[in-house]
Amino acid sequence: MNDDLIQYLLRLGDTALIQGQRLCEWCGNAPALEEELALMNVGLDLVGQARNWLEYAAELLNDGRTADDLAFGRDERSFRNLLLVEQPNGDYAVTMTKQFLYDAWHFDVLQQLCNSSDERIAGIAAKALKEVTYHLRRSGEWIQRLGDGTEESHARMLAAIEQVWRFTVELGAADETEQRLAAAGIAADHDKAANAWLAEVTQIFTLATLPVPSPANYFYLSGRKGLHTEHLGFILAEMQYLPRTYPNATW
Amino acid sequence: MQPGDLIASDQGARPGSASDIAEAWAVLAEVMDPEVPVVSVVDLGIVREVDWQQGHVHLVVTPTYSGCPATEVIEDDIRQALEQAGFATPNLERRLTPAWNTDLITAQGRERLRAYGIAPPVGSSSKRSLLGESTAICCPQCNSSNTELLSQFGSTACKALYRCRDCLEPFDYFKCI
Ligand SMILES: [Zn+2]
Repeated sequence: MNDDLIQYLLRLGDTALIQGQRLCEWCGNAPALEEELALMNVGLDLVGQARNWLEYAAELLNDGRTADDLAFGRDERSFRNLLLVEQPNGDYAVTMTKQFLYDAWHFDVLQQLCNSSDERIAGIAAKALKEVTYHLRRSGEWIQRLGDGTEESHARMLAAIEQVWRFTVELGAADETEQRLAAAGIAADHDKAANAWLAEVTQIFTLATLPVPSPANYFYLSGRKGLHTEHLGFILAEMQYLPRTYPNATW
Repeated sequence: MQPGDLIASDQGARPGSASDIAEAWAVLAEVMDPEVPVVSVVDLGIVREVDWQQGHVHLVVTPTYSGCPATEVIEDDIRQALEQAGFATPNLERRLTPAWNTDLITAQGRERLRAYGIAPPVGSSSKRSLLGESTAICCPQCNSSNTELLSQFGSTACKALYRCRDCLEPFDYFKCI
């Protein structure tokens, strides 16, 4: 059970961390000051949540590594984040589509985790849920604004969904680790989360005059197993450069 | 570790009294938030408990947001202030549960925020007003309720950005969480 729990914490923590890191690429490049502030705030929330999950994982691992060591010292194959969040930011439609698809899933998972039989998980989730409520509201508004906006923004939303939809296959079903933890009341019921996710996506896409694609098909990569797209390596190269080049650097 | 080390490293330990706790609270009331330097950590409600444990003052502190970059700075400031006031090696415990919420900001804290130009949170965090449209936020400059939301995300994680339609000033709103 401990190994399952560690894997689960890495999935939650790595996904939040990589999504946060991706958002920070917009720093200095956002289309408007308010957007820049919002993107950085969301990113900061997620990095903070990642730290909470990874600190817990580090304690259970109990091999002397800290949350920082986990974030900055592991290679691609050891990362357990969802493939969706490692995809490039693209234009604003792609950035917001990724954010919304993640937020809608994240929101339901956290809601369930607030009732986890593991008090530490419930505490981290309760804190994170308050933050993700704002994230979901914001990304959902952007999907509507872009989808139900101009011809150009609508076309870009269609292209964005086409580009990232296949990675939502990972939101669709629980694996054995999640099933065992859910049965023990520790993890979220990921089949339930998948249904809630699809309902939220359908509602917002409909308001945004966007079609909901048919469910994504299984393919050979899996963030849960550490089998990532080529993009993760580039993110890690940038994110881990400093601690790897100057170990134990402080400021 | 030798037993002697424990004793040597705990020379500051002493029995605490009710007046120690009261004094610790008084010291904390002077420790300001680094990002909003008019409200103290007590005004914000992030100090959840103060008691005396194993010969030292012990505090439970709760972060406002998971990723609040001020968390460490605030903890350092608290530790330093207590040490300067004569409390040897204060013991700070960071606790997430129950999660901090804006209801914990004191009446004095709210008044100080307003005077500083930040609209204090409106409504209760326990009500699920988070997802609906927010109630009227009054302009901290002219008190007009004719205001509009510019962005749910402001200069720090805890604030949203508003604009007053009457005096036209933009302002920060300490959002409900
Ligand atoms: Zn005004």
